[in-house]
Formats: sequence, C-alpha cells, structure tokens
Amino acid sequence: MSFDPEIAAVRFGFGLGPRSAPVQSTTGMLEALRGADTQAAMLPIPGFVETYPDILEIRGLGRARRAAKDKGKTDFDAAQKALQVKRREMRRKRNAWFLASLSRASMAEDTFRERLVRFWSDHFTAIGKGNQFEYLGTTFTEDAIRPHIAGRFADMLKASSTHPVMLYYLDQFASAGENSKLAQKGKRSLNENLGREILELHTLGVEGGYTQTDVRAFANLLAGFTLKKTGKAGFDHKKGNPGAETVLGKSYGTTTPRVEDVMEALDDLARHPDTARHIARKLATHFVADTPDPDLVAQIEQAFLASDGDLVTVYEAMLDHPAAWSRDLQKVKQPFDFVASSLRALDVSHEALETRTPKERNLMLLGSLKLMGQAWGRPSGPDGWPEDARNWITPQGLAARIQWSMTAPPVLTTPLPDPREFVTTALGSLAGDTTLFAARAAETRTEGVGMILSSPEFQKR
Amino acid sequence: MTVQSPPTRRQFLARAGALGCSLAACPLMTPISLAATPGDHRLVVIILRGGMDGLDLVRPVGDPAFAGLRPTILGDKKGLPLDGFYELHPSAKGLHQLWTQGELSFAHAVSTPYRDKRSHFDGQDILEAGVGKDGRISDGWLNRLVQTMPEAQLRTALAVGREDLLILNGTAQTTGWSPEASLTLSPATQVLLERMHKSDPLFSVSLHEAIDLAKRLDNSQDPDDTDDPQQMMMQSVQAANRRGGIEAIAKFTADMMQEDTRIASFSITGWDTHVSQAGSFAGSVRKLQAAIMTLKSELGDLWGKTTVMAMTEFGRTVRQNGSRGTDHGTGGAVVMAGGALRGETVHGTWPGLDEADLYQRRDLMPTADIRLYAASAMQGLFGLDKSELEQTIFPGLDISDGLPSILL
Repeated sequence: MSFDPEIAAVRFGFGLGPRSAPVQSTTGMLEALRGADTQAAMLPIPGFVETYPDILEIRGLGRARRAAKDKGKTDFDAAQKALQVKRREMRRKRNAWFLASLSRASMAEDTFRERLVRFWSDHFTAIGKGNQFEYLGTTFTEDAIRPHIAGRFADMLKASSTHPVMLYYLDQFASAGENSKLAQKGKRSLNENLGREILELHTLGVEGGYTQTDVRAFANLLAGFTLKKTGKAGFDHKKGNPGAETVLGKSYGTTTPRVEDVMEALDDLARHPDTARHIARKLATHFVADTPDPDLVAQIEQAFLASDGDLVTVYEAMLDHPAAWSRDLQKVKQPFDFVASSLRALDVSHEALETRTPKERNLMLLGSLKLMGQAWGRPSGPDGWPEDARNWITPQGLAARIQWSMTAPPVLTTPLPDPREFVTTALGSLAGDTTLFAARAAETRTEGVGMILSSPEFQKR
Repeated sequence: MTVQSPPTRRQFLARAGALGCSLAACPLMTPISLAATPGDHRLVVIILRGGMDGLDLVRPVGDPAFAGLRPTILGDKKGLPLDGFYELHPSAKGLHQLWTQGELSFAHAVSTPYRDKRSHFDGQDILEAGVGKDGRISDGWLNRLVQTMPEAQLRTALAVGREDLLILNGTAQTTGWSPEASLTLSPATQVLLERMHKSDPLFSVSLHEAIDLAKRLDNSQDPDDTDDPQQMMMQSVQAANRRGGIEAIAKFTADMMQEDTRIASFSITGWDTHVSQAGSFAGSVRKLQAAIMTLKSELGDLWGKTTVMAMTEFGRTVRQNGSRGTDHGTGGAVVMAGGALRGETVHGTWPGLDEADLYQRRDLMPTADIRLYAASAMQGLFGLDKSELEQTIFPGLDISDGLPSILL
C-alpha cells in the first residue's frame, strides 16, 4: 500500500470537502509543512505575552474586589460587577479563539499541519486553569506548538516546558528547590508535578527508564521558573535548588541554579532512546491505529533517533510506511475532528459561523462537543484525551454525534446538499454499500446528510 | 499527580471486537439480560464535587466553639433538630423528614486519605479511585466492586450523566447514559442507521444501547415535531437543559434500578462555596435533597433495598473566611439514605472544634476514613468479605477494628 489521496485527506487531515482538492503526494504534504503557516495568518490567535495584560487586569479587579469587602455593599457590588464584565469579555475572546481553531481545521489547505497541531497540543497537554489562566489555553498552542511543528522535537519540548500556561498548570510558580531559602523558611516547597509529567508524558514515557529519584532531581532543576512582569517565563536562582542535580545518571549545574542547565537536561531528554520510542508509538497510535503495527512504530523510532528529533523526517518515516495507507479505517475521529471534518464536507466557512449568535454557536459547537465527551480545552488531566475508540463511541457519545449530524447541518448551511452527491463529497470511494444505499433511501435531505455524517466510515479515519 | 488513562468501562466492546463476534452471536452484547443479576440490593453513590461543607449541612451546634467560628454564614433560619448535638441545614426539610422516618443517617469528621494539597482534582481522583494517599489512580472502586460479581451483566453498573466517572471506570463491563442526550430518529432512519452500523461491533452495540436508553426517558414534555431545523436544534438543547436537571438524572437512575442495574453513580456540583456560602450552599443542598427524594419516590418498594451514599473530596475550613464563605479543608461528612439503613444516627467520633483539636489549626480533624462507610455498605449489600474489601476494593484500608454498622 502506498500514498492514496483520499486516505491522506481522511487519515492525515480533516477529511474531504468541496473547497480544496486533496494533496497528491507525501512530498506535497511535507513541503506544505516546511512552508509558511498561512492558516495561522488567516485566522490569528494571540500568544501569551499579547494577552498578559488581560491577566493583570483580572488580577487587579480581583484585588479590588477583596479590598471592597470591608467598604460596604455598594462598593463591593461595584467591584464585583467590574470583574464580571471583564470575565464576560474574556469568555467572548476565548470563544472567538476556539472558533478560529476550528475553522483553521475545517478550512485549511494544509490539513496535515492542523492535525499535527492538535496532536502536539494534546501530547503536551497544558490546561488553562484557575480564574486567571482559564481563558488562555490556546496561547500555549500558538507559542509553543505551531512554530515548532516542522522543527526539532527538542525545541518544542523546551518551548512547552517554559510556557507560562504549562508552568502554571503544573504548579511550577509555586515550586521551590528543596534546599532553597524559601523552602527552608517553610514559605514554599518542591512541587514535582512538571518534572514528573515531562519525564512520564512528554519525553521518556511511563515505561521509560527513570526513577522517583530522577523525578525529584529534575523537579529541583526546574524549580527556578517564575513569571516575569512582561508575561514571559523567568528563572529566579533563589527559587531554584542550589547545587548540581543528577538526572538519569548525568549531573547538571554547579552551584547557582541556571536556566541553561535546565535546557541542557531537556536537550538530553529529547534525544533519549526512550523518548524516540514513546513519541513513535504516540504518533502511530494517534494517526494510524489504536494498536499500531510494531514495524511502523520501529520505523518512526529509528527516524527520530537518526535525525536527532527532526520532526519532518519523523513524519516522513510514518508516511513512508505501508501501514499508513491501509484502506481499513482503524481510528475513530475525536469529537473536535468529527465536527471539523463535517464542517469541511459541508463547506461551512468561518464567516458563516461568525454570523451566528453566540447562543447558536455555543449550542452547535461548544455545547455539542461537551455532549460528545470532549469539552474544548478541558481534558481530565495532563495525559490529554484518550485515543481508544471505546472511550468515544459510548452510548451517550454516539447519540450526541448522531443527534448533531441530524440537526446541525441544516442550521449551518442552506440549502443542504443532495445526499446522493454529498456521500461522494464527504467520503469519496470510502463510502460503503449500506451508506450509499442510505444516502439514496433517506426520506429527507436532512436525514440523508445526517446519516452520511453518522456513518462509521465518516466517524472513522 | 498523573491521572492514568483508565481502561474504558465498556471493556466488553474490546472483547467483542477482538473476538469479532456479531451482535447476534455475542451473548455479552445483548443489552437487556434475562439472567438474574447479582443480588437484589442497590447502591447509589453520589459524588459531591467541589468540597461539601459538612459543618454547614450537619451543624455541630452542641460544640461550644461552633457558633463563634461561623458568626454570619449560617443564615437566620434555625437548623432542624437531629440528635441534640447536631442540627440539619434549614433547607433540608425533605431530608429531615427522612431522618424522622429512620431512613437517613450521616457520618461526621470523615475524609479520604488525601491530605494537605487540598486540590479538587487530586481529591476527587483519590475519592473515586478509593486508594490511599499515594495510590495509583487507574480505575474506580465501584468498577472493582463489579469485578467481584461473577454474574455481573452489562447493565449491572451504570454511570449517569455526560461525564466519564472515574469511580466506574475499569475492566468490568458497565454502561452509561446521560438523560440530556437525545436521539430522535424516524423509524426509517433508525433502520438505515442500524444497518450501516451493523458491520462494526463497537458502533453497533453503542447504537443499540443509545436507541434503547433514549426511549426510556419521558419525552412527554418535548414539543411536537417540527420541520424547521433551527427550531429542532433549539428544542433539542432546551430539552437537554430540562433533562440535565438533577431530578431527571435521579429518575433515570431509579428507572434503570427497577430493572437490571444494581450499582449507579452520578455527581452533583456546586459545593465550592468560597464566597457568600449561605445562598449557594442552600441551593446545592436542595439539589442533593431533590436527588435523594426523587430516588425514593421513583424506586417505590425497592427503596427498602437501596442505600444512597453522598460523598465529597474534602470538607471545608471550620472558620468562615472574609468573603462569607469557607475554604478547602479536610474532615467532612457523608450523607446516607435508604430504606435498609440504621437511620436517625450521626456516626463517627467528634474531634471537637477548639483550635488544638483541629487539623493544622484550620480544618475539622478527620477521625475515620470515609472508605470504612462505603465498605460497610458493600459488605451489607453485596456480602463482600474482609479480604475483598481490604485488598480489591480499597487497597490499604485497615478494617481490623471492624466496620461502622450503617445498615439494619
């Protein structure tokens, strides 16, 4: 089996659609990745530094509200109101950034890039948490993931490990080295959260060769991170742990904690053989099959090691393997991908979504994703969304997908396409006989389109 | 702490897929079992997310320090009398009636083994996984309960609501449904969909369950059919909102328990009362009360065989804070209801509220592991033995001092 434009669009993109012709070769896919990020330019989403003033404002309003507690009801209500207004503004912004993320996926020329953005954003799950960061989850993807999608794994790892949303999510601003003055005075303590997750989830993998001692030493190495007034991550040696730390048998640093020592450790972790194996397995599992062909995993792993984590070379190894082109669809689309590929097949533009009222958008998109089990930006933990089809095709999850397929399309686009044509637009030659039959036999256009989107062929890739 | 990606609670589908058996040929996948299910008792676990303030629900008014710690957040209404030492929150009139009927009890000053970090995330994981302080979070204790039942069926255990419940996740087969989910299909479309999904066991079983479970909900309040898609979309969401309510969740749970379901779980949020607790806490108490009262009325005679336990990840600080609320604490309370309960009892050892009696001088000192109460329920309802309880269900739990006697 080798390159197949339909499989390329479905398995490595957001599916088929009337707007753009599918990519015609793996070279074309990789060339597009090496080129400019036109989708981000078309639908911009700000990075962390750009939105940091919003955090400062929320923080200020929160402080004002606390101060107003002693000043009587009128003052408190006014302060409360100001905070609520700001929060409403932030919710609007967050919804707009979600919409841009969705439209980038559904309207993209280079859909492989958008799939990789989702893959890496999930690999390095950083949830915007707490009442200040909760709106800013997308800034992590913009700053730490997108710029490195066709670069080196080490650079993405370093960007992820030093991004304010990640540092805050995994409690690094609150961490201090075990032997730091702060810890000795009892003001702070070492927090292992980020150290553990970098080893367990981002690099070596849970089966990797590290111990609790490595976790602790690595956490001590990371302990100096702070947030600067500019909204960039800083490194405060007083918060770090004095002295050298031994991680996986190698000593980092000397006396005063330095960010360079952290970077050296991250470089070493990025090129570790356990990391290569872990990333290879995750890529194959995300794109090809819940239980991928071991030979496919080995091929990706070798490319990762041989290229020192050059990601385009890694993707090329995946795309060069025959298992990547099997016409047996072995993955279930996650809800976001299902909705994005439906919008793509139905040719619903960003402008069309934008003209909807916030209530309608919430209903059709954010609310529906929640019902399907994938609330936007809110996986249950740092290990991200599950890959296994069984987590998604539950009775209530499948019902939500079918219900969406039957009710959302006619609201999103009028007139609805003729199901007999739409089955080919959406599935090409992947449509099975019963789905082709259902497209012809449907009593109404709405039901025909709904059944095509609900078909196992469309739900899978 | 890392939340391990748990094995799905619908593991049976994997088995079905691996065996490649068709719906008709695979006995595991027949959604409605004809065989008898394990025993006749029912257990409902309600997870109270956010840290329920046990001191506000079950007020230790007999402790001389209590009134001074909570000068302004208890509201003007007087609590409802329990046993002289404790009073019940004034909004819980329905629950109080259950108390006088001998169908309600509490345990006070209990907690999970989780300490100090007071994170909702970690606290709920430890509560649902049923493990010790540093235990591995991988599956839930209700799932492990199902694993001890050789005759368990697909619908023996049920998760209700949209969210995935860790407490029911694991290798045993269980099912789930959310009353807010709807599936309105014309008969012709349903036939076509079933035909399309037939070749894929995962889709086929889920579709079968979805169609069957969706039909059970009372749709009489739903508006008439409309051909306008905009209307349809709006109606389906309005219906979701109506059915997302706690009464709908409890009613659906009870309906399922009338048949094969023996174990069910759902959650109630809204307990994280940092600010203006008096108002928001009363609202959440009414939700919990509605859930319990709905279960009782819908279960009818089966109420006599049912035990409901409402548990939370941690209690709250004993002192009210500067914004008329309370912050994350440690010791808290469990609510137990049911027809087979030893009612009118507040179980537990009261640690006192003097500063020296508190945990870290701020929280109610836990005097018992919350898991002892759940273990007692499982022993009484399903006949689990000591080693199953200490090793399988709650690894590391020490029950050598015996279990509290919560059932009649």
